[in-house]
Amino acid sequence: MSTDPAGTSSFEEPGLGGVVADWASDKQAFDMPWGKLMMWIFLLSDTFIFSIFLTGYMTVRISATDPWPNPSEVFALTIFGNHMPLILIAIMTFVLITSSGTMALAVNYAYRGDKRKTVMLITATALLGASFVGMQAFEWTKLIVDEGVRPWGNPMGAAQFGSTFFMITGFHGLHVSAGVIYLAIVARKVARGDYDQKGYDIVEIAGLYWHFVDLVWVFIFAFYYLW
Amino acid sequence: MSDTAGQQHPLGIYLKIWLLLFVLSTLSYLVDYFQFQGYLRWSLILIFMFLKAGFIIAIFMHLQWERLSLKYVLFLPTLAIVVLIILMAIEGDYTELTRFFYFDRDPNALPLPPPAH
Repeated sequence: MSTDPAGTSSFEEPGLGGVVADWASDKQAFDMPWGKLMMWIFLLSDTFIFSIFLTGYMTVRISATDPWPNPSEVFALTIFGNHMPLILIAIMTFVLITSSGTMALAVNYAYRGDKRKTVMLITATALLGASFVGMQAFEWTKLIVDEGVRPWGNPMGAAQFGSTFFMITGFHGLHVSAGVIYLAIVARKVARGDYDQKGYDIVEIAGLYWHFVDLVWVFIFAFYYLW
Repeated sequence: MSDTAGQQHPLGIYLKIWLLLFVLSTLSYLVDYFQFQGYLRWSLILIFMFLKAGFIIAIFMHLQWERLSLKYVLFLPTLAIVVLIILMAIEGDYTELTRFFYFDRDPNALPLPPPAH
């Protein structure tokens, strides 16, 4: 943080004037660790990738003349004799939100310097993420083996259902899997004390990625499963 | 300056937002459970979706405590996506109409149920 001799930093200026000050002053424009800024830029680019996937799905679903399979029925499960529409997806949503909450707490405890709680919460986040991927594997298996959904067709209706489903949820599942590995590495490094000297920004950066994965799921849940 | 010291906020706000996200997820699941249809369904889905997304970005990702410069970096490019969505919706409608017109498809066909097993 740069403070001028008068004791007032241009960073303190709020609003539009602050934007001008951030960009025009002879200093770095974004007052944050470079890793955090780069993570934000990466997430912006990832936003574009997922938006393009979902927009492609929208175009294909609007223009498909065969009826679109009803996701509520396709993703229903019968549990203890009860027919529950979309129940697996609801559970997956809750698991991911729970993991987002544990991650937010992990970031908080990291900045408080509570290493033990941080490691425990990051590990919990990674385990919840892993169980999400496990449920997704179950969902894919059920869809492919039982319902006969393929990227090029399915017994219910529009052929595009399979290709968009596998592409969008597959790419998201890949992000969750990568996130689980990322979190496991960060948890180990926190436990080892790698960040004792340099600070716990890394935990917040990993948290940004994990919340983004949850964020993308919010949109997939709304547009693919509920629409 | 909150950034240099790291994002430090009371635990309570995270727990409240966490609870709120659970409630909102339950509500959006209930939209399907009660089988609301048409504009009611679509508007409820979008409202719950944007509320959830907003809380995750603002609180969990700490964006509400960040500088306006960063918010501009994130939200201005995203406007291009809105343009893309509008253009592709128009294009999709056009494609569908052309297919109905030339391929003689039934616009009122219903999907088949998933195979029983």
